[in-house]
Amino acid sequence: MLTEQMKKIITDAESSGWVMEPEAKALFREAGLPVPRFAWAKTVEAAAGFANDTGYPVVAKIVSPKVVHKSDVGGVVAGIRSEVELRNAFERLRGLDGFAGVLVEEMVAGIEMILGAKNDAQFGPVVLLGMGGTGVEVYNDVAIRMAPLDERDVADMLPCLKGYKLLKGYRGQPAVDMAALSETVIGFSRLLMDLEPYFESIDINPLMCSPEGCVIADARIILRKEK
Amino acid sequence: MDFTPLFNPETMAVIGMSMHNDQHPANVILNKNRLRFPVKVFPVNPSGGTYQGEKVYKNIREVPGPVDLAVVAVRADMAPDTLRDCIKSGVKGAVVVSGGFAEVGKANLQEEMVRLAREADFPFLGPNCLGIYNPARADTFFLPPERMVRPEPGGVAVVSQSGGILVDQMIKFADEGIGLSLGISIGNKALIREIHLLDYLAKDEKTNVIGFYIEGFSPGEGRSFAQAARACPKPVIVMKSGKSAEGSRAVSSHTASLAGDYRVFSSILEQAGVVEAKNEFEFVAFCESLGCYKMNITGRVGIVTGSGGHGAMAVDACLAQGLEVPVLGKSLQDGMKGKVNRSIRNIASFANPVDLTGSAVDDDFVHVVEVLSRSDEVDVILILLLPYIPGMSSDLSARLSQVYLKTGKPIVAYIPHVEKYRMFIEGFELNRIPVSHSIEGGVFMVEAMRRYRSC
Repeated sequence: MLTEQMKKIITDAESSGWVMEPEAKALFREAGLPVPRFAWAKTVEAAAGFANDTGYPVVAKIVSPKVVHKSDVGGVVAGIRSEVELRNAFERLRGLDGFAGVLVEEMVAGIEMILGAKNDAQFGPVVLLGMGGTGVEVYNDVAIRMAPLDERDVADMLPCLKGYKLLKGYRGQPAVDMAALSETVIGFSRLLMDLEPYFESIDINPLMCSPEGCVIADARIILRKEK
Repeated sequence: MDFTPLFNPETMAVIGMSMHNDQHPANVILNKNRLRFPVKVFPVNPSGGTYQGEKVYKNIREVPGPVDLAVVAVRADMAPDTLRDCIKSGVKGAVVVSGGFAEVGKANLQEEMVRLAREADFPFLGPNCLGIYNPARADTFFLPPERMVRPEPGGVAVVSQSGGILVDQMIKFADEGIGLSLGISIGNKALIREIHLLDYLAKDEKTNVIGFYIEGFSPGEGRSFAQAARACPKPVIVMKSGKSAEGSRAVSSHTASLAGDYRVFSSILEQAGVVEAKNEFEFVAFCESLGCYKMNITGRVGIVTGSGGHGAMAVDACLAQGLEVPVLGKSLQDGMKGKVNRSIRNIASFANPVDLTGSAVDDDFVHVVEVLSRSDEVDVILILLLPYIPGMSSDLSARLSQVYLKTGKPIVAYIPHVEKYRMFIEGFELNRIPVSHSIEGGVFMVEAMRRYRSC
């Protein structure tokens, strides 16, 4: 069941056709999925206030209904270590098309995965899980299953990925928390069944996966044009 | 809806046959069923009278007794009224052969038929289809019998959106010795669609494998098909066309860009345990293999041959499919070596492929396959049987089949398919061991078992 807050996020986004990162994360947080601590700062003071409370380093990202792919326009500044750096980043992002504020959030580390969804005409909501990051379409290393998923489905999907070896711990690196990953994918797949009337596709990219768990570092929800 | 009378008719009316044109599709259907099938056939034409000495009924209402199946071959604009008459007269189902509906933009005519049929709980196939081929009862294909190639009756049912593809698969089945339980051409699939036939065939006693040729699903239908396939206790094989057709879409998300229509189709059917055949060669091989073996293997192949070149080709084909050809353990190799006759002991190789050379005799093959079958180092045996090896007799394939019956280790064979070697081929096939006419086909048969997941 969608909560009132989730429904409001979707309704508010209808005019632009998609749910921007801060609202998408708020929706996922409401659904119990792991998101980092973040603030949607309209002013440089608000941004600095959040960062000073949370502690550095932080990442600053453009919020704009006109910018779907933030990295493509230099809309992501990672590894900000001080208030001065944060203020500089804020000023630069302010110049981008459709500026509607800056998302400031704690830095999360890990292996970049993609957790996506498509509302398929023949099969309804399907889940895509694979190796993520900005090179996601280059690696093209993904597995697709029909939602909702159970633990067995996720356990079947992971070995299909070439990147599975990285997840299990490659060359001395520790393995990512598979149980947390599985739980996130299953929770996401269940949410899709409730979102079915509203969404066209969803990107959670990257989903940061580490031995400590996994966190939604970026997200967008593209809404259906007609219902 | 009860499909049983439709697919197993005792009585059949052919509506729209011609009084003058023997080549008319309806007349072809009428004649072949009257002459070659146990179904009782009634010709229907508004002019009445007689055709080839038999009474022609003016309409379906005049036909005596219950009619199980009406073949409707009238003009498209007359089809809805004809269907209405069939329903009123208590006919139990229909095959609408006629074209001229949705495929030429006249969807309204077929929608009217669907409405009538749903109200009356009346099943019909088509329109624009060949209908059914049931080797034991009836054949509604409007193809002259001397032009058709008929497979033996058997356990594989094939459902096809395209009539032509179905007829072609039947030719290939006949060539490969695969038995057919039912061939169904669904054409425009206005009422009866793949999902309904999957449900029916899952319960059909004569069918043990269900093959589909699918061009596409309607909205939401893929989901119910996948769910039904997952629950189906029989192997389901799907061959898809239109793989490259991608709808126009905004590239606003990476997921939409990566999850193309065909990739989703293929992934979801795999999730549902469906074995997807990428092409006709795989389709035929998968149908034959899963018709014999309803089992799942991990894909460690033991290859037995009398020719090194065949062994090497088979290894390449296995590896290309992602199958393993493991080097066999020393004690297993010694076990096989100890069983073959002295003259080949030092020229044969046992590592895998097991190459017994052109000097081997029947006993060598039988003993080696028996030892290999009892080992857990491989989970399937691919035998490349070359009937031109001088020490080989025509008893060999039947003897090898017995090894399977004793040990339960599946065997797949390659034999060149020429008439001269038929006895070798039948020695396997009559014992339900699948035989391919190419090395690669044999490897596909192995691959089918790896892809099949029972629930």
